[in-house]
Amino acid sequence: MSIRGRAYIAGAYEHPGRHLPDQSLMEIHARVCVGALADAGLTMTDVDAYFGAGDSPGLGPLSMMEYLGIGATYMDSTELGGSAYLAHVNHAAAAIAAGKCRVALVSLAGKPRTGGRPPGGGGGSSAPEADFENLWGNTVVSAYAMAARRHMHEYGTTSEQLAAIKVAASVHAQHNPDAMLQDVVTVSEVIESPLIADPLHRLDCCVITDGGGAVVVVSPEVAADLERHCVPVLGAGEAPKHTNNGRIDLTHTGAVWSGPLAFAEAGVSRNDVDYVSIYDSFTITVLQTLEDLGFCEKGKGGGFVSDGMLQAPDGGLPFNTDGGGLCNNHPGNRGGMTKIIEAVRQLRGEANPAVQVPDCEVALAHGTGGSLAGRMGSVTLIMGREI
Amino acid sequence: MSDDTPALPTNAPHPNEDSKPFWDAAAEGRFALQHCDDCDTVIWWPRALCPACSSFDLTWYDASGNGRVYSYTVVHRSVGGWNAVTPYVVAYVELDEGPRVMTNIVDCDPDAVSIDAPVRVVFHDTGEGWALPRFTLA
Ligand SMILES: [Zn+2]
Repeated sequence: MSIRGRAYIAGAYEHPGRHLPDQSLMEIHARVCVGALADAGLTMTDVDAYFGAGDSPGLGPLSMMEYLGIGATYMDSTELGGSAYLAHVNHAAAAIAAGKCRVALVSLAGKPRTGGRPPGGGGGSSAPEADFENLWGNTVVSAYAMAARRHMHEYGTTSEQLAAIKVAASVHAQHNPDAMLQDVVTVSEVIESPLIADPLHRLDCCVITDGGGAVVVVSPEVAADLERHCVPVLGAGEAPKHTNNGRIDLTHTGAVWSGPLAFAEAGVSRNDVDYVSIYDSFTITVLQTLEDLGFCEKGKGGGFVSDGMLQAPDGGLPFNTDGGGLCNNHPGNRGGMTKIIEAVRQLRGEANPAVQVPDCEVALAHGTGGSLAGRMGSVTLIMGREI
Repeated sequence: MSDDTPALPTNAPHPNEDSKPFWDAAAEGRFALQHCDDCDTVIWWPRALCPACSSFDLTWYDASGNGRVYSYTVVHRSVGGWNAVTPYVVAYVELDEGPRVMTNIVDCDPDAVSIDAPVRVVFHDTGEGWALPRFTLA
């Protein structure tokens, strides 16, 4: 039993806003849900499953289901931080394959740019690790900086190599009129931007934006009745990675485990992948993830990302062609949803023309929720243009 | 600590049933660890069972307080009260007993910190009867 070809992404929608002081968190959820359903050619009354993560206000998924007017036979509130939405697609596909539901709606919304909750992926003061991680002035950036420092120490990775990841994202973002940052930057500009937590500079960090997104996952039968190009889910893998009883290894992510599961289920190899959406909270997140997914040897990520490898349309492995979290959008400090959405655009041939990967047949989206220096939920999702 | 280096925020922990022995020891100037009676695993952070073998038979003991820097960062922009004390150092210290623990490296020029540098524990009083374990270059 697998989910390969047993569920399709029929609708995908990204809120165009990046600063939304006049829309409630609930309204943003509502607008992206309606947008994704309209994209699929469906309506709220067709929905029989809802998936909401920690950004969904209220009691688990229930309050938003009430707000949206959803009746359902299946619901899920899996919370993994920013990668939760990739897990939701995996869970939705499994539920659809098991006959539990037919039309699953997954939504994300957040307003960190307007204010309110500070950026972060922490577990809160009741978490068992709280007193051992929260009393040291460890910020989201400093956590990832420690991972970057250790990777540099073990493998000789440089700030210039990390900067090449931001440069590629900025080259893509110049074609996205909704992107928060639309100016192309150079390696020097990244390195000369202020240090936030050494060795990470301001331009090594993702943007902070309001906004959101949603996707609709449907059964093959529903997909067959829709006119829209529905993107088949080929495979997915999930894994936790944590501090491992005080033996944390800062040089890798949970993608070392989620990746092989996804490739095996999808029945594709790394060479088959035409486009990747890689979670890019920080440049180091991308570098470690590409290594861990096996696109290059462990420790060789620095050389791999240099020389335009990640730049569409001609690079060997085009990534984050919407500009990613580094330049386009990181709604609610949770980048997983936009990773799925841009992968769907690429498979449909609907990315911005300047960055559309020719003949994009297989796309991989990967999420890293939580923190590289604590615990993360890693989820890899592989989709195809057709089955 | 030089006179012009502001003290780091030293906020009280919130001990629970699992962690209170650790914080009680820290208040007395000891870095305590749990050890599994059944499989010899040293445990970090405190918990009720051994994550290696599921045994509930754990024993507290005093660690040496010595270790080395596993990784670190010099923080230049932060949040809340921490923004007033930049630059400061957040680190993972690998204790001689094995566990890698998150902490601060204090009482030194941040530029003097490096990976593998030997460090030794110091305790900073929170003012409410508790103390935080931080580390200095040994
Ligand atoms: Zn044990």
